[in-house]
Amino acid sequence: MRTLGGTIDGAIRPERPLASGTNGERRPAPLTFLVLLWLSLVVAFGVLVTLIVTIIIDGQGQFTGRLLSEYPASSPDRAGARPAILGSAWVIATTAIMTIPLGIAAAVHLEEFADKRNWFNRMIELNVQNLAAVPSIVYGLLALAFLSLLGVRDKNIVIGGALALSLLILPVIIIATREALRAVPTEIREGSLALGATQWQTTWRQTLPSAVPGIATGSILALSRALGEAAPLLVLGALVFVSFDPSGILSGYTTLPIQIFNWTGRPQEGFHQLAAATSVLLLGVLVLMNGLAIYIRNRFQKRW
Amino acid sequence: MIDRAGEKIESIVPHEGPGVRINARPADGFLPDEPRGILQCENVDVYYGSFRAVTGVDLKFGLHEITALIGPSGCGKSTLLRSLNRMNDLVDGARVEGRVLFDGEDIYGSKVDAIEVRRRIGMVFQKPNPFPKSIYDNIAYGPRVTGMRVDSMDDLVEEALTKAALWGEVKDKLKQSAYSLSGGQQQRLCIARTIAVKPDVILMDEPCSALDPIATVRIEDLMHELRREYTIVIVTHNMQQAARVADRTAFFTAFADEGTGDRTGVLVEFGKTTQIFEHPTDQRTEDYISGRFG
Ligand SMILES: Nc1ncnc2c1ncn2[C@@H]1O[C@H](COP(=O)(O)OP(=O)(O)OP(=O)(O)O)[C@@H](O)[C@H]1O
Ligand SMILES: [Mg+2]
Repeated sequence: MRTLGGTIDGAIRPERPLASGTNGERRPAPLTFLVLLWLSLVVAFGVLVTLIVTIIIDGQGQFTGRLLSEYPASSPDRAGARPAILGSAWVIATTAIMTIPLGIAAAVHLEEFADKRNWFNRMIELNVQNLAAVPSIVYGLLALAFLSLLGVRDKNIVIGGALALSLLILPVIIIATREALRAVPTEIREGSLALGATQWQTTWRQTLPSAVPGIATGSILALSRALGEAAPLLVLGALVFVSFDPSGILSGYTTLPIQIFNWTGRPQEGFHQLAAATSVLLLGVLVLMNGLAIYIRNRFQKRW
Repeated sequence: MIDRAGEKIESIVPHEGPGVRINARPADGFLPDEPRGILQCENVDVYYGSFRAVTGVDLKFGLHEITALIGPSGCGKSTLLRSLNRMNDLVDGARVEGRVLFDGEDIYGSKVDAIEVRRRIGMVFQKPNPFPKSIYDNIAYGPRVTGMRVDSMDDLVEEALTKAALWGEVKDKLKQSAYSLSGGQQQRLCIARTIAVKPDVILMDEPCSALDPIATVRIEDLMHELRREYTIVIVTHNMQQAARVADRTAFFTAFADEGTGDRTGVLVEFGKTTQIFEHPTDQRTEDYISGRFG
């Protein structure tokens, strides 16, 4: 048999026949590694499924229309999560309105206008990355301090909660927007500028529109994170028993995670079931939001 | 057209004698010895931060002429080209010393608006870069953003596409995405887009390097057409292309600068294309075009 294979500096590698009947990927080392990867996947997925199945079983008895339409009550048979649902909607909407424009503006500045060699801009960039990793309760404390400074006495209001959650997800939105902007090829910007467009026109008419799907995806994911947060709101003294619909940004409120937290702490079994049912509801909303984000990404994301 | 290109290519025999022999192009007889410079470099240095990429360039780009910039990779052709319409302003830390005169006015002067410079001196890039919009909107974009007064945008779009020899191929699908075009068509669209804002000078950085030979020939023919109205500067790696299209050719090379420790680009020789390819005066030019280095 003729031996193929070149020589490098006189080194000769013995050639194996192509049809050796073995599979290189199935040798012990790669195989072990593959099995380990599979195991980690099974463990992670198994825990998740167990958790979800458990709460679904726990909560199935309470998953009725009453959950959506009724106010909390002293008896689990009459209680519902209506104020929490409305409260979550109010807080998240306010957060979105406060954060998304600000986050996009900050990202556009950092990505399109700021001189990236300037040490100050580099420091801001680094810190935005770090802020995304700060525990949420810290933002609760920050919002608390800020509201106290402003002399707001009753901090358990929609705008207060929205402030804490905005601080929490602002870095996430900035990072997501920057990623989306960075994905727009430089050639597009240069093409626009070479025609005599200004930086501003280029950003507004070329870069940002192309980045919208990425920004939308990132923003929805950030908001879904905010939706699941309880800690920063508890720091602000969120009410655990609300028997009215929130009526504006200065209104008191409760949210789904806080309502779950409250019911879990009650001794009666019925409340635990309510908590489980509400968790399923919250999970459902989160799945829908993430699904929407994935849909937007796949449907509208440009392939350059 | 392909035949014509074939004939052109055949007439250029590389690796033969000191220079590449080319047919004297008809325009040559009318070419003045000195270009009537509309765009002119005076002792231009270009820096990226502290790195000096190009130094001491004196060049005149003649009105309604095609000037080719050739030279080995990394000698600063793109850098110089991008400094001719202030595209390099967009690179953080890039800076130009010396003067770049457009119609006698320094484009780096303190009162000059870089936006207007880029409107008057357009650029076509190596990789076709149409906007993710319709063919029509790609052309209309420039006139819209620069606030050009146009009686009829439809007419302007047709005119630009016609001049770029693309109208016939796209007139029935103006509303379709520019991405539905072939690479060569996209590049002509980019040229049409540049023409639409009515610049005086068009800079082209290796406009054919992503195209097949047939598309290349179409762009080259187009350049000959456009020369009647526009001044063109083209960077190319393809010496046959320079020989085919350019009235004048500037040869650059990079040298190791002992003072700064950088590899810096310099202009070696500039002249009529026939002269550069047939009787280069500098040994480095001769070596380069005969394929002995670079
Ligand atoms: N944005 C930049 N920042 C820093 N240095 C750069 C930048 N662009 C180019 N350079 C450097 O400037 C020198 C000239 O590059 P340039 O791209 O102008 O060469 P070129 O002649 O166009 O080469 P090619 O033929 O490969 O396109 C190179 O050393 C390159 O590394
Ligand atoms: Mg180049």
